[in-house]
Amino acid sequence: MSYMKKSPWIMHYDASSCNGCDIEVLACLTPLYDVERFGIINTGNPKHTDIFVVTGGINEQNRAVVKNIYDQIPEPKVVVAVGICATSGGVFRECYNIMGGIDKIIPVDVYVPGCAARPESIIDGIVTALGVLEKKRQLMKEPAGKTDVTGGEKK
Amino acid sequence: MSRKIVIPFGPQHPVLPEPIHLDLVLEDETVVEAVPSIGYVHRGLETLITKREYPEYVYIAERTCGICSFIHGMTYCQGIEQIMGVEVPDRAHYLRTIWSEYSRLHSHLLWLGLFADGMGFENLFMNCWRQRETVLDVLEETTGGRVIQGSCKVGGVRKDIPAATLERMLSDLDPFEIKLKELADIFLHDDSVIHRTKGVGILPPDEAYALGAVGPTGRGSGVAIDMRMTGYAAYGKLNFTPVVENDGDCYSRCAVRVKELFTSIDLIRQAIRQIPEGETEVKVKGNPDGEYFSRSEQPRGELVHYVKGNGTKHIVRSRIRTPTLTNIPPLVKMMQGCELADVPVIVLSIDPCIGCMER
Repeated sequence: MSYMKKSPWIMHYDASSCNGCDIEVLACLTPLYDVERFGIINTGNPKHTDIFVVTGGINEQNRAVVKNIYDQIPEPKVVVAVGICATSGGVFRECYNIMGGIDKIIPVDVYVPGCAARPESIIDGIVTALGVLEKKRQLMKEPAGKTDVTGGEKK
Repeated sequence: MSRKIVIPFGPQHPVLPEPIHLDLVLEDETVVEAVPSIGYVHRGLETLITKREYPEYVYIAERTCGICSFIHGMTYCQGIEQIMGVEVPDRAHYLRTIWSEYSRLHSHLLWLGLFADGMGFENLFMNCWRQRETVLDVLEETTGGRVIQGSCKVGGVRKDIPAATLERMLSDLDPFEIKLKELADIFLHDDSVIHRTKGVGILPPDEAYALGAVGPTGRGSGVAIDMRMTGYAAYGKLNFTPVVENDGDCYSRCAVRVKELFTSIDLIRQAIRQIPEGETEVKVKGNPDGEYFSRSEQPRGELVHYVKGNGTKHIVRSRIRTPTLTNIPPLVKMMQGCELADVPVIVLSIDPCIGCMER
């Protein structure tokens, strides 16, 4: 992690999750797992965000919200889809109001499996995201037009 | 006469772990009216019941909400068992009660943490969640899952807890209770907490009853409704009285939940001491034909699962009424006339579980 010049801040948004993954994301920040000791803070402000953590699938009403938050996050940014619902819709895939995973709306860089995703795997996903974030930061330093900075990398 | 302005609150907001949108109509700093709009988490999972066989739907019912998942699964199972006339073994009833109460402990500790976070008491938030991990360890050890347990099934429970583990759970409750007492002391007597909560978001008893407040929101306003008193699962054989506070402000609602932690610990103790030996499940044959309203007490209040079967393995209709939806009209009432800075505390004081509410 020596290449990290600043602490990565995350923002968590519950798209249409059952809360299971949400409380596990919060559990990562609290004393047992405590990622805050590495400077990873859950912020409520998209403008301060490096890593966008989304739980749950996309539905008719929240697609605009997710897109809006994503657009407000400055580059370079990384999207982590936490839980199987955020990846593909999960058990709710066949529900009439679920359009599928987050990647239908915004590009996703890291997928975290599980229902509900365990804190260990969420932390693993965030660590993978840090690598992607650094890669994107490097790409941004290159002259414009050479590479596509928004291109993601699947885990 | 000042000008009225409208401030949007949510769906994405620092104090909200889940999306709900409120349009706050302000006059200076005072909230005149709050207009909620919901639907950001709506999935439509009730329709899945026509696509799944009835024993499989337990998993879907559990995923209505990740916080009180066990109670959702249990309430659905109770509905099916009542329709089919299944006699669930006593041991299964007790195990269900024990897991329900552990779920309540983890849910209340989670909420107390979020509430502390909502009023800016970061340290208390962390301490509540530290204690919550003890509960999650027990749930994980006995059911296999931290937040989604999957241990309830139609006709009983999937897993038994060995006697040695039950003994250890019983002895582990004593140090845990001491830790909770320290937390309770801060919530009930700390100046910062009292300043932010006392006299804030008052819901009078008559309003609470008329607007249909349930669970700790109602009990904080003196409405002594607790579904556990109906004696489902093993609650009929255990001794307890519902916790009731009469002030109807955020402090009362917080106090109800703090005191319920100790009720839950007491119920777990009683259940572990009384639990009979025997089977944990019975074989279920046939398909449900008929309808039933199954009610239970979730950490947030009364939960109703309506199921209707037509003699096939697919249920025709499932309807879930969750406590948060019922608590939204009281919330709107509480917010009238409050200060803008108190809005996060008041919204959190009903323990909103949006995942449940919108299903």
